[in-house]
Amino acid sequence: MPVLVLGVFFVLPVSGMLARGLWPEGRFDPVGVLEVLTRPRVGRVVWFTLWSAAAGTALSVLLGLPAAYALHRLRFPGRRLLRSALLVPFVLPTVVVGVAFRRLLGDSGPLGFLGLDGSPIAIVLGLAFFNVAVVIRSVGAAWEALDPRPGEAAAALGASPVQVLRTVTLPALRPAIVSAASVVFLFCATAFGIVLVLGGLRYSSVETEIYLLTTNLLDLRAAAALSLLQLTTVVGLLIVSGRLRAVPDPTRAVVVATPRRPSRGDWPVLVSTALLLVLVATPIASLVAGSFRVGGDWGLGNYRALTTTGEQALLVPVTEALATSLRTAVDATWMALSMGLLVAVIVTRSSRTRAERRVRSLLDGFFMLPLGVSAVTLGFGFLITLNQPPLSMRDSPLLVPIAQALVALPLVVRTIVPVLAGIDDRQRQAAASLGAGPLRTLLVVDLPIVWRPLLAASGFAFAVSLGEFGATSFLARDEHPTVPVVIFRLIGHPGELNYGMALAASVVLAASTALVMLAVERLRVPSVGAF
Amino acid sequence: MLSLREVTVAYDGIPAVVDVSLDLPDGEVLAVLGPSGCGKSTLLRAVAGLGPNASGRICWDGQDLAGVPTHKRGFALMFQDGQLFAHLTVARNVGYALRLRRAPRVAQRVDELLELVGLAGYGDRLPGTLSGGERQRVALARSLAVEPRLLLLDEPLSALDAGLRERLAGELREILRAAGTTALMVTHDHEEAFTVADRLAVMRAGRVVQEGVIAEVWRGPADPETALFLGYARVLRGEAARTVLAAAGLPAAPAVAVRRSALEVAPDGPLAGLVVSSRATPDLVRLVVDVPELGEIDAVAPLDVHPGAGAPIRLVVNATRLAVLPEP
Repeated sequence: MPVLVLGVFFVLPVSGMLARGLWPEGRFDPVGVLEVLTRPRVGRVVWFTLWSAAAGTALSVLLGLPAAYALHRLRFPGRRLLRSALLVPFVLPTVVVGVAFRRLLGDSGPLGFLGLDGSPIAIVLGLAFFNVAVVIRSVGAAWEALDPRPGEAAAALGASPVQVLRTVTLPALRPAIVSAASVVFLFCATAFGIVLVLGGLRYSSVETEIYLLTTNLLDLRAAAALSLLQLTTVVGLLIVSGRLRAVPDPTRAVVVATPRRPSRGDWPVLVSTALLLVLVATPIASLVAGSFRVGGDWGLGNYRALTTTGEQALLVPVTEALATSLRTAVDATWMALSMGLLVAVIVTRSSRTRAERRVRSLLDGFFMLPLGVSAVTLGFGFLITLNQPPLSMRDSPLLVPIAQALVALPLVVRTIVPVLAGIDDRQRQAAASLGAGPLRTLLVVDLPIVWRPLLAASGFAFAVSLGEFGATSFLARDEHPTVPVVIFRLIGHPGELNYGMALAASVVLAASTALVMLAVERLRVPSVGAF
Repeated sequence: MLSLREVTVAYDGIPAVVDVSLDLPDGEVLAVLGPSGCGKSTLLRAVAGLGPNASGRICWDGQDLAGVPTHKRGFALMFQDGQLFAHLTVARNVGYALRLRRAPRVAQRVDELLELVGLAGYGDRLPGTLSGGERQRVALARSLAVEPRLLLLDEPLSALDAGLRERLAGELREILRAAGTTALMVTHDHEEAFTVADRLAVMRAGRVVQEGVIAEVWRGPADPETALFLGYARVLRGEAARTVLAAAGLPAAPAVAVRRSALEVAPDGPLAGLVVSSRATPDLVRLVVDVPELGEIDAVAPLDVHPGAGAPIRLVVNATRLAVLPEP
């Protein structure tokens, strides 16, 4: 069932999009692809994508590791709050982050004197802003579950704390770090909204280039060629990160350290975490402050204006867009959740034969695909393949939620799978041997463990769907836009009120997603946001 | 020489170790024996410098170790399940501490150590490919590599199956003797303690209730609970104690601990009773006998005598399998 859904709503649009480019006028033309890939501009775009993604990844890992340690191994007041606060950027709508960075670094912004506006440094900072949460989550979860005894054994053998870190802890964390880094690289390389808003026309990544080629230049062949390039890279990266993803062995006894109070030796870590917090908080603070500025004064004017359509910018008021966003997010959530649950159950069932195991791991990877495939490709693919019979869904109100659900699906799967995989299968066998039927086993063994992650995953999916921009920007109809689309339109139109409204709408959107994520964090599911 | 003076360790205000004072002379092996949860592992971790701060004094050769971090104490700690570094080969595990110290001739020393623990030629294997017993041997070799001032052993053999445990306990004793290592071992298994250690400290509910040379502790448990923990089957009091002691030709005492093999079937024994049940084991026949003065009590018979339930028999008392307990 999920395979069918993913087939129709993911493989079909993406391959339709690719076919457009590879078979122009119905003829297979691979030379055309090569021709596109050798264009100098494409070379520049690919190079920019690679180095900005690499820099963003390096920065995320560098900032994320100390914070992962501080937030998952140390105990201090406000730790939980800090943890959820640092997860918020990951689900913040890309458009909002773009607006916040522009506001902070722009000529009139508080950090305008740095001259970073529109520079690649701003883009790298923005990428790190988003993805540091992924590093903190993934590595932090691994660090928290790390058995402290090998480290103690090393210390007893005479290793100083630094030597323990270098020779025991980091090697043990290496799979988690590499897997987090590869996922972050994936996110950085396919980042759309942030590069579009911060890079403008000057700096273009493969993802934004696809967007420009399809919408502005209508050069579908070049867009398809780039999509193809992106797809192969992404599949490669997914295979790498899938290989490295550590699967916990439920039968191995592991002692988990209780977090301890920070000691004197921990100050570099704490300072680094505080610095990260400042880095994350500044753009948001400047965004919030900006939203309350009306023509040089403080006031709620921008928020009041949300009930209007701005200065010839919109067809519907922002409040209506918000209602649309919420409705869409609810639909996307139940879709992503039901499909994700099915996938997770299928993937984690223990396999009897080697072939079965291969099929399962292949499926696992297959459902990760939407994680890395350009949301733009997906959105545009929807447009061109689901437009004609037999799948005439162009006007269906479900089109946008379906696309968003696909984007959220990998996150749902990754939240639930580790939990399901962590249930010792012998528990189910024990229940069965005591006379419980399959349904009862599910109820007694799986449900008590899974309900929290399920709830957390749905919150996560909801937040992601609220902020989804790439695919939605193609699919949302002008009379029913979602909030991120509205924000993008507002900053694209001149006028101080439009800009103020964009800031206010960004704050509202950010606040809603942050609220959802805070609620999710209260559920204390370690796998949320971890890959 | 390790000396502990009134060491107390508490987890979040709940005391796990209370007022423990112990001395461990150089070259000796001290076993701390106690049921699980008695605080013995906490005591070991306090000596290693891990875990919450201990009050009282932990000294080595008169120097107080408070504030000395684990890696500067020069004590090696060996865990119950070895805690080998899974990403390093056996040789690199064993040579870990040597490399940290940039010692010369690491490879040669590693070979010697692997030879010592009977694993010559295992250097290139990964820990994951070893059996439980092999892993413990590697862990032992790793701990011995830098000739620690003190070797701390946390239930070193408990994770192994019974036969292997017995064999390795003997080997462990020989290896420690050969290396002249001072060692502090905690265990819940009294046979393991007897095989490996010279001295014994019995711990219960955070306190050391008895300490001394192993044979003396074995022969003279301080109280009934200790006796039961040391493997004595029952503690008899009052009339029953007097009867057994008289039958053994010993002076009367208020309480006596008896092992399961203290009473033996003999045609002319001083005690008479009826067999309640009997069960053959590979070495001897174990009986439960109803003796009017004692109640139901364990006894043994050689394999060629196998009385059925209800049969009348006579019993003698083996004085070496009794322990007279002091007045409570």
